[in-house]
Amino acid sequence: MIQANDLKKGYGEVRALDGLSFEVPEGAIFGLLGPNGAGKSTAVKVLTTLARADGGEARVAGFDVARDARRVRRTIGVVAQKSGVDIDLTGRENLMLQGRLQGMRGRELSSRAEALLEEFGLADAAGRVTRGYSGGMQRRLDIAIGLVHRPKVLFLDEPTTGLDPEVRAAMWTEISRLQRDEGLTILLTTHYLEEADRLASSLAIVDRGRVVASGAPDELKAALDGDSVQVELDGVEANGNVHAALSGVGGLSAVSVDGRRLHARAADGARAVPAVLAALDAHAIPVASVRVARPSLDDVYLRYAGRSFAAAEAEKPTENKEAGR
Amino acid sequence: MTAVADTWALCVRDLLRLWRQPWFIAVTLVQPVIWLLLFGALFERVVDIPGFHGGDYKQYLVPGVLVMTAFFSSGWSGMSTIDDLDRGVTDRFLVLPIMRWPLIAGRVGMNLVQLAIQSVIIIGLALITGVTFPGGPLGVVALIVAAALLGTGFAALSNALALVARKEESLIGAVTFLQLPLTFLSTAFMQASLMPDWIRSVSDYNPVDWAIRAGREAVGAGPDWATVLGYCGLLVAFALACLVLATRAFRAYQAQV
Ligand SMILES: Nc1ncnc2c1ncn2[C@@H]1O[C@H](COP(=O)(O)OP(=O)(O)O)[C@@H](O)[C@H]1O
Ligand SMILES: [Mg+2]
Repeated sequence: MIQANDLKKGYGEVRALDGLSFEVPEGAIFGLLGPNGAGKSTAVKVLTTLARADGGEARVAGFDVARDARRVRRTIGVVAQKSGVDIDLTGRENLMLQGRLQGMRGRELSSRAEALLEEFGLADAAGRVTRGYSGGMQRRLDIAIGLVHRPKVLFLDEPTTGLDPEVRAAMWTEISRLQRDEGLTILLTTHYLEEADRLASSLAIVDRGRVVASGAPDELKAALDGDSVQVELDGVEANGNVHAALSGVGGLSAVSVDGRRLHARAADGARAVPAVLAALDAHAIPVASVRVARPSLDDVYLRYAGRSFAAAEAEKPTENKEAGR
Repeated sequence: MTAVADTWALCVRDLLRLWRQPWFIAVTLVQPVIWLLLFGALFERVVDIPGFHGGDYKQYLVPGVLVMTAFFSSGWSGMSTIDDLDRGVTDRFLVLPIMRWPLIAGRVGMNLVQLAIQSVIIIGLALITGVTFPGGPLGVVALIVAAALLGTGFAALSNALALVARKEESLIGAVTFLQLPLTFLSTAFMQASLMPDWIRSVSDYNPVDWAIRAGREAVGAGPDWATVLGYCGLLVAFALACLVLATRAFRAYQAQV
């Protein structure tokens, strides 16, 4: 449904897109995950025909975004990172205007607008000027505006950035529902690992304008060497004994110790635990607790981008984050 | 056809926004009144200058104030466009399957509605204070049309500037830089025969003065319609050029997003 092929775009010295390629199958929620400044919004602008790429090509619903912009625009709904709500109009007026500009008229339009207001919990506030809406309400209105003409493909650029956790969770439910019930293809960008993990059926990790890894979240995590096993020792500092003790345990790799905590990877963490405990017990090393964790997208990011997600975020000034609202 | 409907929808949007800013409306309506009364009183004695023909100065001033009103209010048209840029509204509109020109035309339409109301106030007040329009109702209509053409041009130009500069300060700078010189390089306050030669020559190329000359000719006794139409023709060309420029300015904007 969406194909991006070797997209390139620069702003002066900055290479915002540096050979970005990915493909989104019909009916999927596809996540573009990356820290601020990775080039996610630029990708969305190119795919939604707002900006032109310097190189490469992209298709949405079969139409070339550069040559067939008109037809692409008819097919897509866009929720930009920066809200596009007109704060001097009411929620209903915003929706009606968007519908008219999408070529809808009369009863069809007004019933669609009312249905969307209802669906997004804005019915009570529909007659109020949106200047007074909360961040979550404005964001929901943004999505309703993007959906008024029943697009086939929906672009959501950081739909939950800046929202409270509960509001974010409600938004996640709403987005999943759209994909499930309405068969929409959704391209979602986010810099929240958790959001990508929760929502996306497949995702591409973007760093410095290119895709560094892609696949289903579970696949990406599985491609790492299994689970992480963390053991907290009881009262004693770990020492060389630990390595000696664990060297005999099969299937364990990357054993490291840090103070009282030891860390290792195992193909199947839960299965490794009894053997680990037995080996430590045999060397009379007391254990306080054991934790097995599935690899997180954080681990995936660390692996493919060569730095932790938090470090990548910190590297960029927060300008983008603020511009998001 | 759909582009016309889009223009209308966008114009209604702007009118709604205008309606919700009572202070702005108040200023819009009061300003021309103040100009007419203030300049009328301030320059009252201008008519005593030898060579100035026509009795009451206000009689002379009305077309100038009406055109000035059109010129000044339309110059700020781009401010709403900068708001729209800042708020992401323009980006939303630009990915809609609509043409570009309605985005400009809708906004210009709002300016013209505003001007129509201001015109009624100015003409009404002029009549109340004893100004006569020997050219008759048709002359008054021609004056308003000339002012509207000028307003269309400058509103479009203001939008073009807004899309290129994208900053309030730049637009405010450019507009204020143009407003007073263009007003005083015209016959708004002073008869052409009493102006220094160089100002008279410059005013030949000043669209503001084209509108004033057309309007003053039209409302005067025994108007020469060829003159009126000639200047209106120039104003149409000016307005169209500005509209095209503003529509093109979206391309310049989109090259930077
Ligand atoms: N309009 C613009 N002008 C100049 N630089 C830009 C512009 N938009 C984005 N950039 C730069 O391009 C890079 C990618 O930005 P963006 O696509 O917004 O990243 P993301 O959405 O992933 O946070 C950043 O370095 C950003 O500063
Ligand atoms: Mg972004």
